[in-house]
Amino acid sequence: MSADLIIQQLVNGVTLGGMYALIALGYTLVYGILLMINFAHSEMFMGGAYVGLGMLTWLSSDSFPASSFFKGSTFGLILLFLIVFAVAGITIGVLGVIIERVAYRPLRHAPRLAPLISAIGVSIFLQNAVLLWIDSKAIPYPSLFPVRQVISIGGASLNSLQLLIVVASLVLLLILDTFVSKTRIGKAMRATSQDREAAGLMGIDINYIIALAFFIGPALGAVAGIFHGMYYGTVIFSMGFIPGIKSFTAAVLGGIGNLRGAMLGGFVLGIVESLGAGFLSTGYKDVIAFGILILVLIFRPGGLLGESVVEKV
Amino acid sequence: MLVVRDLRTSYGKIEALKGISITVNDGEIVTLIGANGAGKSTTLKTISGQLAPVAGSIEFNGENIAGMPAHKVTAKGIIQVPEGRRIFSRMTVLENLEMGAYLRDDKDGIAADLEHVFELFPRLKERISQKGGTLSGGEQQMLAMGRGLMANPKLLMLDEPSMGLAPVVVETIFEIIQKLNADGITVLLVEQNANLALSIADRGYVLETGEIKLEGTGKELLANDDVRKAYLGEG
Repeated sequence: MSADLIIQQLVNGVTLGGMYALIALGYTLVYGILLMINFAHSEMFMGGAYVGLGMLTWLSSDSFPASSFFKGSTFGLILLFLIVFAVAGITIGVLGVIIERVAYRPLRHAPRLAPLISAIGVSIFLQNAVLLWIDSKAIPYPSLFPVRQVISIGGASLNSLQLLIVVASLVLLLILDTFVSKTRIGKAMRATSQDREAAGLMGIDINYIIALAFFIGPALGAVAGIFHGMYYGTVIFSMGFIPGIKSFTAAVLGGIGNLRGAMLGGFVLGIVESLGAGFLSTGYKDVIAFGILILVLIFRPGGLLGESVVEKV
Repeated sequence: MLVVRDLRTSYGKIEALKGISITVNDGEIVTLIGANGAGKSTTLKTISGQLAPVAGSIEFNGENIAGMPAHKVTAKGIIQVPEGRRIFSRMTVLENLEMGAYLRDDKDGIAADLEHVFELFPRLKERISQKGGTLSGGEQQMLAMGRGLMANPKLLMLDEPSMGLAPVVVETIFEIIQKLNADGITVLLVEQNANLALSIADRGYVLETGEIKLEGTGKELLANDDVRKAYLGEG
């Protein structure tokens, strides 16, 4: 493999890693507090991509009054994307809160397998809802974002969309990290994940904290979904499965329950997968990702930064 | 201040409290003693809202708080320092103390109480940026109590504060409980170390398999033959 290709695969890997990291946070946030794997989280990612699709299509269609403004200038485009990301993030965040309320909270004191099965049910429901009510086929994503080459090194290049994905992911991760380590509510979230009952004794409303985790995770997942749609150019109802399970791998790789671990795990997985695909063949990228999951589970079940697994047992 | 009437609490089908009535008056130290499984911790957990009672009432300053969720009970000024410390092990000492003041927004009051906690427990100040999990057992108990004090409690409920601690540390902890009480905090104390608890308590209740067997002043119970035989290892 040439140096150019290695650099190119690194760029691709970091881009992919940003998306994985955003999704992985949703798994890890919920696991940290409820010790539950939210298998419906991949559908938050898919749902975000579809809300983004609907918003982009609607706001840029000729029948929408401000469409020419949005499409006419750089400022308009920035505003357009900000609106799309915000609406998708909030919509899917609210969906996450509703799902927790309806499908998980009634099972809070049930055996641990019950909410897991409920989550799989939610996932199947949401996929089929999109399949029936929207489309069973792949839908092309509006290509409103101007994709241009930004940097090129030899034969390798970084385009504006990759730059957006990487920078936006890093900014969101930084905001979340600051929120959790510095703010009162963020600290309450950490306290709740470390000892839920003791947190209640501090006056922390546990249900509020859980709802918050179910808002933030899906909102970030939705952002990743839009990035995915823009990056690969199409969306389909089943698109959440593979990125979802890979991001879950990323969360386990970093140490499930650990936020910085999920961020690190996302980027490591994205890079390793891309380099692996470059060295061997693209067909091997899923094998590599899940091979990592198996190796981590065997040799370092706590993950790269994990301590929570040992402590929680 | 606190009037508990005929409180019944169950774990599934097992009835852990079979109708408990206790009173804690303003400014008192009241202790619940009894063997393992007598229902002491269950009583505290029901008062603090971690467990919902099946029947009975819990009146705090005239308001029935039975069945209220834990965070609302805390907001009323009833603060429980749980058994086994339950500090946030991956948060620093300072963050743990901040969590104690979670419901407060009087910055000056919080700062003053933080100083007060550091005066009571100078060890905590030395370890202010250390993670809670790295503290010794005694330091963790101090942190758990300090965290409780940061909530500005009206009623402080301590669950087994002496558990697993060296005698010297236990002595310090009990001196501080008395000091806090002298400063006006009402204390409900659950202890296995009956001798020590009764010696500082104004009044006490003896629990046995979910019922109150005996009640009296600390002195009366210390002098009672049954108590001496069953809980003080004499006779």
